[in-house]
Amino acid sequence: MISVCQCESCALATARGERKGKPAVVAIIGPPNSGKSTLFNRLTGLRQKVANYPGVTVEQRLGRARVDRGHEVTLIDLPGIYSLTPCSEDERIAHEVLTGRAAGMPRPDAVIIVLDANVLSRHLTVAAAVLALGLPAMVVLNMGDELHERGGHVDTEALSEHLGAPVALISAARGEGLGPVLEFLDGRVRGATPRIDRALLNDIPRCRLWALHVGSQTWRPPGPSRMTQRLDAIFLHPVAGPLIFLAVVVAVFQTIFLGARPLMDAVESLIHASGEWVGGVAQGEMLRSLLVDGVWAGVGSVVVFLPQILLLFLFVGILEDSGYLARAALIADRTMARVGLQGKSFIPLVSAYACAVPAIMATRTIENRRDRIATILIAPLMTCSARLPVYTLIIAAFVPEQPLLGPLLGTRAAALLGLYVLGFLAAIATAGLLKSAILKSERTPFVLELPPYRRPTLRSLGLRLLDRTRVFLTRVGTIILAVTLVLWGLANLPRQDGQAPPIEHSYAGRLGHAIEPVIEPLGFNWKIGVGLITSLAAREVIVSTLGTIYGLQGDGDAGGLQESVRKDLTPAGALALLLFFAFALQCMSTIAVVRRETGSWKWPALQFLYMGTLAYAGAWAAYRLGSALWG
Amino acid sequence: MLQLVFNKPENETLDTHAPGEIRSLDQLAEGEEGVLRELDLPEEAARRLMALGFVPGCRVQAGRTAPGGDPRVYRVDGAEIALRAETAARLRVRSSSRGHESSP
Repeated sequence: MISVCQCESCALATARGERKGKPAVVAIIGPPNSGKSTLFNRLTGLRQKVANYPGVTVEQRLGRARVDRGHEVTLIDLPGIYSLTPCSEDERIAHEVLTGRAAGMPRPDAVIIVLDANVLSRHLTVAAAVLALGLPAMVVLNMGDELHERGGHVDTEALSEHLGAPVALISAARGEGLGPVLEFLDGRVRGATPRIDRALLNDIPRCRLWALHVGSQTWRPPGPSRMTQRLDAIFLHPVAGPLIFLAVVVAVFQTIFLGARPLMDAVESLIHASGEWVGGVAQGEMLRSLLVDGVWAGVGSVVVFLPQILLLFLFVGILEDSGYLARAALIADRTMARVGLQGKSFIPLVSAYACAVPAIMATRTIENRRDRIATILIAPLMTCSARLPVYTLIIAAFVPEQPLLGPLLGTRAAALLGLYVLGFLAAIATAGLLKSAILKSERTPFVLELPPYRRPTLRSLGLRLLDRTRVFLTRVGTIILAVTLVLWGLANLPRQDGQAPPIEHSYAGRLGHAIEPVIEPLGFNWKIGVGLITSLAAREVIVSTLGTIYGLQGDGDAGGLQESVRKDLTPAGALALLLFFAFALQCMSTIAVVRRETGSWKWPALQFLYMGTLAYAGAWAAYRLGSALWG
Repeated sequence: MLQLVFNKPENETLDTHAPGEIRSLDQLAEGEEGVLRELDLPEEAARRLMALGFVPGCRVQAGRTAPGGDPRVYRVDGAEIALRAETAARLRVRSSSRGHESSP
């Protein structure tokens, strides 16, 4: 049967049953930040996230690589491991997949062990542990280009002799030297039985000794990375380091506000023009209203913010790819220690500036479970990119643009920066509260490997922006469009004498009026109320909601959204709205991922209530204070 | 660095005769180096550190610190690992006279 049937499960059986078969499932394993995902992406054509710090991949990922004439291999990309005795969640996952104990994952019948050629001897212990599992294996030494540039050398044949497995020197980022890897996937290169003494593995010092020995026989270590030494002299300088960081952050916020303007204007006029065209073409009053006042005014008002969001992602991407993020974690460790967390928690928090969902998954690298839950609970307080449209709209409507530091920093960028700082402070304060009450734990040692600095490649940054654009447009096309359509329906019903009702008397209007007593103390009227309800689905939906409401009222065009918002909110109310959005957990995806990562509804429920209370109290206090100050 | 450690391959505890006094790792100043003697940490934490390269017998060099003076970066086995002073205080090294790495 095996010889006839070509289906996948039989191919799997063939590969396991007799050694001659081609591998069907191959796992990619290795130490953190050795470039496993970069190789995975190269081989599969997929776009698994890659960056330059240990622990980017926290979850296994499947992909298919076409090797040769229709022969396809399933590749599993795994989180990095320092050893096969798992310490953290991501290492546990890698270990389970490798030993075939992970639910729903095929047991790999071969492994590719990816090591960083620049630190070969320290990475060999991981190779030894994996080789001892007895699976057919190939050892891939990655970043060979960097090894040569820094004057190092490796004798792959000698190393292959020592390990009893084929060895290839490659550069996954540049796509160089992949030939032998493809041959291995095709079953044409096979390792002999690995020559690893199993007794070695449980004795770390002896294993280390073995690795040093093998390393010294086969490898000339590269010279120190000059770029890393120079950059660390600047970034870890006691005075210059923090100052430079501050300057960069200020520049970024100014860019988000002013630099993105021309692009946003271009997108806006494009939407406006296409809206007019659709209005002209659409037949019938109803359809025209649905498309122009509903879809274009609503969805279009969110699409405008794409350039800003991309700029933010570009900045976070540079931080992650360059290797600076690990330094930031080092610098932040003292502050984090004060509230009972450690520097490693800082990495997910910075990622949360882009989006809380991947940030919450990134907490898997934190070894201590209580520290991890605390980090998960505070991550949504960090200012994610979905808040950006709301903040930008309100700030542009209420804060006049004036230079504060010449052209370097204007009032609007400063206001935005202030909101980001506020989110961070709220997160830190909450962490302190959690760690001193319900999530007390012993201090676990802070241990963090600092990768060398690397120049972010245009390809990697470009792919990130492309991916983000796709995610953003998908969101716009699904959740935001759906909410907008429902809202348009609610705003046009019940029909009175065959006509759409005045919006105040529509279902949407009644809904807004129904919650008005609750939000009135915060300085919000019924229109903002409708926005608050719809923004439970996703934060930026309030912008599309206001766009639709104003569109239907017929004053959407007069001075745009900003002008209309100004009629509906006092300055104190605007401040209250900003604070409400800074604190409230209005994101279904976050709630779902917290439930999944913590394994219980208890934590997302607590988080939702806590953040909701904070939002209401904060907005109330801000409205009171603002009203007293500005009349 | 590699050669030095591996001149005595069959010796279980390396560099036993290295000169110098025994200090805790956090007492090394920037640029100083020493040979790790022991890790006085709970089993799990010790294994973690050993997996990262802090194995008795290896050479550790102190690097820069974060702006507040803690944590400090240590260079071990070609990698840079950051540790807090409270952890480094539990690691004992025999300090060697040289202030610079023997090989990159």
